[in-house]
Amino acid sequence: MRFLPLSDADRAEMLAAIGVPAIEDLYKDVPEGLHLAGPVDLPFHAGELGVGRDLAALAARNLDGGSAPFFVGGGVYRHHVPAAVDHLIQRGEFLTAYTPYQPEVSQGTLQALFEFQTQVALITGMDVANASLYDGSTGCAEAAMMACRVTRRSRVVLSGSLHPHYREVTETNARFLDLRIDALSPNPSAPEDLAAHLDEETACIVVQNPDFFGRVRELSALASACHDAGALLIVVVNEIVSLGALKSPGDMGADIVAAEGQSLGNAMGFGGPHVGLFAVKGRFVRQMPGRLAGQTVDVDGNRGWVLTLSTREQHIRREKATSNICTNSGLCALAFSVHLTMLGEAGFTRLAELNHAAAVKLAERLGALDGVEIVNDTFFNEFTLRLGRPAAAVVEAMAGHGVLGGVPVSRLLPGEAALENLLVVAATETNTEAEMDKLADALGGAL
Amino acid sequence: MAGTITGNKGLQQEEALIFEQNSPGRSGVDLPAPDAVASRLGDAARTAPIGLPGLSEPQVVRHYLRISQKNYAIDAGMYPLGSCTMKHNPRLNEKMARLPGFADIHPLQPESTVQGALALINECARWLTTLTGMPGVAMSPAAGAHGELTGLMTIRAALEDQGGPRKRVLVPESAHGTNPASAHMCGYTVEAIPADETGRVDLAALKDRIDDDVAAIMITNPNTCGLFEGDMKNMSDAIHAAGGYVYCDGANFNAIVGRVRPGDLGIDSMHLNLHKTFSTPHGGGGPGAGPVALSEALVPYAPLPYVVAGEDGFHLVEHADNADGKPYGRMKGFHGQFGVFVRALAYMMSMGADGLRQASGDAVLNANYLLAALEDDLSLPYPGPCMHEVLFDDHFLKDTGVTTLDFAKAMIDEGVHPMTMYFPLVVHGALLMEPTETESKAALDGFVRMIKGLASEAKAGNTELFSEAPRHTPRRRLDETTAARSPVLRWRPGPD
Repeated sequence: MRFLPLSDADRAEMLAAIGVPAIEDLYKDVPEGLHLAGPVDLPFHAGELGVGRDLAALAARNLDGGSAPFFVGGGVYRHHVPAAVDHLIQRGEFLTAYTPYQPEVSQGTLQALFEFQTQVALITGMDVANASLYDGSTGCAEAAMMACRVTRRSRVVLSGSLHPHYREVTETNARFLDLRIDALSPNPSAPEDLAAHLDEETACIVVQNPDFFGRVRELSALASACHDAGALLIVVVNEIVSLGALKSPGDMGADIVAAEGQSLGNAMGFGGPHVGLFAVKGRFVRQMPGRLAGQTVDVDGNRGWVLTLSTREQHIRREKATSNICTNSGLCALAFSVHLTMLGEAGFTRLAELNHAAAVKLAERLGALDGVEIVNDTFFNEFTLRLGRPAAAVVEAMAGHGVLGGVPVSRLLPGEAALENLLVVAATETNTEAEMDKLADALGGAL
Repeated sequence: MAGTITGNKGLQQEEALIFEQNSPGRSGVDLPAPDAVASRLGDAARTAPIGLPGLSEPQVVRHYLRISQKNYAIDAGMYPLGSCTMKHNPRLNEKMARLPGFADIHPLQPESTVQGALALINECARWLTTLTGMPGVAMSPAAGAHGELTGLMTIRAALEDQGGPRKRVLVPESAHGTNPASAHMCGYTVEAIPADETGRVDLAALKDRIDDDVAAIMITNPNTCGLFEGDMKNMSDAIHAAGGYVYCDGANFNAIVGRVRPGDLGIDSMHLNLHKTFSTPHGGGGPGAGPVALSEALVPYAPLPYVVAGEDGFHLVEHADNADGKPYGRMKGFHGQFGVFVRALAYMMSMGADGLRQASGDAVLNANYLLAALEDDLSLPYPGPCMHEVLFDDHFLKDTGVTTLDFAKAMIDEGVHPMTMYFPLVVHGALLMEPTETESKAALDGFVRMIKGLASEAKAGNTELFSEAPRHTPRRRLDETTAARSPVLRWRPGPD
């Protein structure tokens, strides 16, 4: 067994030093009958060759994004990740380190987190960002609960165009607390008057931009309305690349930003692990969930970094903590940060332009098909089509021709007749004109 | 100490922040110019610059390589952090997780195009249910604490279905901080249970507190003192008799994998830290995965989504309408930490039923070897044998002027990551050492020599060795008080 260094001779010598005859004797506190006599009913150990072969066979049963014209979005996006990113995050010093609780031997992770926090604050236009949460959906729930703490109110209003998983996760987190979640009905065809739902019990409005249907909005007026009513505006971002082209949530007046960072540095990976970005206005920092890296000096006066403001956290505050989170998405945050460092201002904004241009071209091509209507007035790299028949069947038919053509809205919002024919389609810098042609052909053929 | 002109110390290089290496306009990624299109961004288009720095690829590679060299890691040496199970992270795991058929698939692709991925989740679940002896496992929680919350919510949903959620959760004083925090997030009040003189839950005190208002007890077994809770089954029986449930914090599962099945101990719900027990890397803080094993009574309430096997292949149950049971909700977007499942399954398949059993035995053997070797030099609050980690307290440092923290910093100078300190809270100045099965006898012997040497230096009154430590690290002790009092949480451009 290649991961176990002890030899039988080592074991015998160590048992003698301890003064027991066998390893089983070290389990004497386990009551009679509860210590299994032998291995459980699972296969025995296997070498790399065998394990690799078995897992590769499972992988081969999936249709991967590189093997098909690929236009699926809905909260996870396929982007090109530069080769250096994965190389750097696989350095053992990053990959196999624990949480940086001993700062003198963790300056690498801490400096990277400090840079990550700064990058997230810059692109979201906020004052402070934490060192990551699990993902966008859990960050959205944390943001709603944080708004309730900050405002001492208990009502949360969710836009109908919030990603349905984010809504469900937020509802689930609120379910056993004294919080009321009012989720509006999804309607991609009409503007949503969120401000009309504010009242003196409202802690926050949660709005996604670009929204689940792909629309982009200027939110300054909504932010003002929230603030006039004593509520916070929480802005959710699924597609973080959009911030290279859009006004930042902070510029529009957001109080909390909960975003998914997968698009930079991280594979789609069937939905995880991804990385939750969480940024706030400065005055709310002590109500934030999650870890924070902060700058300080050592005894020689040299600049360095530590984890700080940990009196918010569970290992100090226990049940009074701002969240129960401990393990976060450190390595995914590093991947995000390395990718964004490689892009820089010029690369990040150009990447956003390329995505937008790809989507505009795709919309022109698909909108010209018979039986296809573009629902959106605005969009970034994703938009919604209304088809002449249920979208789920269309997507299945396209997949049969080797084309991954988008997300049927009914996959996430089933049982709603008005949404059944809607298809959300995403385009990124990875899509070629030839792939767009194949999608148009497949879609035309499936209608 | 005489410095160098640069501040570098040979291979140890000072490295500025990326923001201090900015060449405006530069990028480390070559992207084509976009075609001109009519914008569809409406009035939301960005008008102001962001402020991100521009670096080329070689600058980026050097930056991250240099800062990586300021980290300790399990790849570099022994990392005996109690409760954290810092074991070797096999590279096969990483290779498998990066196969395009796993890494480059989308969670909302049609089911027909991801049958291999669903089969993998199902297979990972099979290993976990077999090892725990529990009939079901909720795969979606993202980490241990998230699993705790999931388990408690499942319990709460079951209780509500049976009439009422109840009000209290009993948690031992020695529990991880996540336990009370998770119970609070589930709407429960937390009541502490004391430990007895052997370092285990005081069974009589626990029974005294159990009534029909207690929703659950949260027990860590083996517990955070590194001891097996031999009364676990009696505790389970007591809370079950009162209509409540048993949550087990599975952070210490590494001691008993393949040897003791939590299901046999009467446990209803237990999270599994795949990033501890099942070797997926900790990554400087995450990501992890915290699947939650469930008893027969709780399985119907498991959250969405889950995978079911049908005659025509695997299916994802993503909505309550299609569920057999009464799922209480959804904990996370999409289907859980799939990439972590791939790594954990690669590890479990590599180790097999025989290897997993040997690994837990070796982990316990290694900890007891440290206990036997060090009990005369350090101070042992509770007698052994211990499980996979051994707990010492700071009694041996009494009147030396050296604290547990100082002692740990001196270990850093010796090239080893310190053990967990000041946790659990039930002993004074705790030093909790978890060597894991990854360490060879030679590594343990070196560690023992080092600890014995430091203990004798402390007892000899060589306090400077400790108070000045660490002296050989890229940075020495950092001012955490100022960091918290005047937080600087991001870089900002200077006045020039």
